[in-house]
Amino acid sequence: MLKDQACIVGIGETPFCRKPGSGMSEMTLQLKAATAATADAGLKGSQIDGILPFPALGRAEAFAGALGCENLRFSATLHLGGAAPVAALRAAAMAVVSGTASHVLIPGGWNGYSGARARAAVQDMNSLPGAAIARDFYVPFGMTAPPQWYALMARRHMHDYGTTHEQFGAVAIAMRKHAQLNPAALMCGKPLTMAEYLASPMIADPYRLNDCCLETDGAAAFVVTTVARARDLGKQPIYLMGVGVGQPYPADEITNRRDFHRTGLTSAAPEAFRMAGIAPADVDFAQIYDCFTFEVIQQIEEAGFCKRGEGGAFVEHGGIELGGRLPVNTHGGLLSQAHVLGLSHVVEAVRQLRGECGARQVQNAEIGVVTGWGDFGDGAIAILRR
Amino acid sequence: MPETKYAKPLPQMEGLAGEFYGHCKNGELRFQRCKCCGAFRHIPREICPECNAFDWEWAKSSGSGTVYTWTVVERALHPAFASDTPYAAVVVEMAEGVRLLSQVVDCPPDKLRIGMPVQLELRAMTPEVTLPFFRRLIDNQ
Repeated sequence: MLKDQACIVGIGETPFCRKPGSGMSEMTLQLKAATAATADAGLKGSQIDGILPFPALGRAEAFAGALGCENLRFSATLHLGGAAPVAALRAAAMAVVSGTASHVLIPGGWNGYSGARARAAVQDMNSLPGAAIARDFYVPFGMTAPPQWYALMARRHMHDYGTTHEQFGAVAIAMRKHAQLNPAALMCGKPLTMAEYLASPMIADPYRLNDCCLETDGAAAFVVTTVARARDLGKQPIYLMGVGVGQPYPADEITNRRDFHRTGLTSAAPEAFRMAGIAPADVDFAQIYDCFTFEVIQQIEEAGFCKRGEGGAFVEHGGIELGGRLPVNTHGGLLSQAHVLGLSHVVEAVRQLRGECGARQVQNAEIGVVTGWGDFGDGAIAILRR
Repeated sequence: MPETKYAKPLPQMEGLAGEFYGHCKNGELRFQRCKCCGAFRHIPREICPECNAFDWEWAKSSGSGTVYTWTVVERALHPAFASDTPYAAVVVEMAEGVRLLSQVVDCPPDKLRIGMPVQLELRAMTPEVTLPFFRRLIDNQ
């Protein structure tokens, strides 16, 4: 049982950019965020003894060598795509609570705009659990990238539950509204109306350009330790109340799922809420991995904030905007802040619970949720409190 | 026919996927069927996920199915498919119960419907590789 035994004690981020690019290597970017996170926690790099790098973005040994971690005791990479950072939070909690490590660093970042990776996704499928399946059974039919694969899920949801384009638009608009309150968000100063959303070009029906996350350069990181150690550090500790990680079945293949709408969160969320001893209605905000608009609706459903099929109505009429029933992605998310692989969702949750969010602060925020979505629907969820 | 090099990505003709596409090359769509419990399966796997038996056969498919879900790709995200847009990618639910990803050929995007009956149309893309596509049943009537 991990409830209330581990804390996030430090967060760090770089600035985010598109053109002309960060001008830094992906390792340098991640080390900027990592050193910001250790400094925020009041730790030296050498005190980090556990590192959980994001898949395919650097090895623990390279981080340890650069940061001066002379006693690296625990390292792992969780192959869950965008769900990896929240899954790493669970692994870090397991490590510190068991005494396997004392201070665990979770870094992540990339040149998602200026680098080759995002634009050559088809050449970079080796990080997918279903890489060979995609190569042999999806890609030859012109289904080469996530928006196309996930469009199949979104379309079936529209068919089964009547979810609409305008409901997808409500997600895009909510993220964009929040970005107007966040000077670090790349879409700050660029508001979005429903008419503009509906006029944006179709990429893979039902996904338009404005349903798709940004491609950006940037990095973020956070540090996890025990409650006892957290008390001796500088910052207000943010407690991990509950956590869960799950996968759809089969996880490496999209088309033959008996329950086509089941994702990793379907099993992970009930586990996390049981651990935390709270209900979804007790949550003050949620930072939900928003690679595409429909994935927000689907995760809201599978996390239990509403029933399956009711997510479209949940997000309408400001339901997920600040002041609504569940403010979602108060930083602007992947859709309107920057794509930092889900790390910035954890960072924003910590900032909200510390009360550091200024104009976009959720008043009296006590409990927040962070989710991750990755690969073919892997899911992770953490319930945090101040 | 003029010699033009086929530039799109193709499956690797090895292992179980190679066997699957080998049957396509021979003019047949076949799926694995467990010889112990009789369950069909796709994507090809080494053992039966229902009963974990190792014995299976490549059973011939009827070629009939319905559209389970679909998308129309209007902006290709791989340069080799750019000249094909818009194209209709679908998941077909076969009469045998398994689903596979493919395309419906010669179908205007506004005619795509979930539940629409489709029939197999094998197409040789290269001398080595034949892919299973589908055509609206109405086209054959």
